[in-house]
Amino acid sequence: MKVPILKQGPYLIASVQSALTDEDLVQLRDDLAQMVGRHHSRGVVIDVTALDVMDSFAARTLRSMAATIKLKGAHAIIVGIQPEVAFAMVQLGLSLAGVSTALDLEDGLTLLSKQLQENQDGG
Amino acid sequence: MGGNGTSAPVMSGNEIVINIKSDVDVVIARQEGRRLATDLGFNGGDVTLIATAISEVARNIVNYAGHGEIILSIVEESNKKGISITARDNGPGIPDIALAMQDGYSSSKGLGLGLPGSKRIVDEFEITSEVGKGTTIRMKKWKRPVVTSRSWV
Repeated sequence: MKVPILKQGPYLIASVQSALTDEDLVQLRDDLAQMVGRHHSRGVVIDVTALDVMDSFAARTLRSMAATIKLKGAHAIIVGIQPEVAFAMVQLGLSLAGVSTALDLEDGLTLLSKQLQENQDGG
Repeated sequence: MGGNGTSAPVMSGNEIVINIKSDVDVVIARQEGRRLATDLGFNGGDVTLIATAISEVARNIVNYAGHGEIILSIVEESNKKGISITARDNGPGIPDIALAMQDGYSSSKGLGLGLPGSKRIVDEFEITSEVGKGTTIRMKKWKRPVVTSRSWV
């Protein structure tokens, strides 16, 4: 199932609605990279609240997704990792090292606007 | 029936057999595992661990063997109950199991955490593999006993 991506001002919001196959995840990564370029987005929030399993492939793809988005000049934040999923990831030895995370969509957007503000103040 | 060639899980005796040919089947297998584990009364954390372990071994089938099957069943031993997960394929086999079980080792795409990670999150893990013949992984996870002393009544 394709993940819908919404444009909200300088941000993109990708909201995962159901279980994703490997192909769906790779598709999401490619779609986001394209849309960041097309809309000159400054930040991307990927909401994974609906994901009930995060295995090694999903973790690896999310990492490469965040890295790709960063190379396109935007910042990616993963939000909504369920407590059971977080626990399973730790047990499995999976980390999202180098990827920003936040509790939920609201926190994710707050974090992004803070970063945007800091960047503007700094430069 | 579907154009993508996936087949519905088959119930045979006490076993649920899921044919694994593509990444769609990986999702089906872990959803079946989640359902069975939930029916057995596993808690939410354990259900997620079971689904994750199934996802890892099912993906290994797709990545290395192309096709194979996942067999799920309920197991009972003395006074404990649990879920048994078998992943079987007739693929190329694993030449060096010790190496494949090392954290961070991967011969294809992945983090190299699939097998060692799965082993960590189940209670019993057994792998047999023969080069040119295939690989079988058997995993079991037991339901944790209910702690009656914590009961409110």
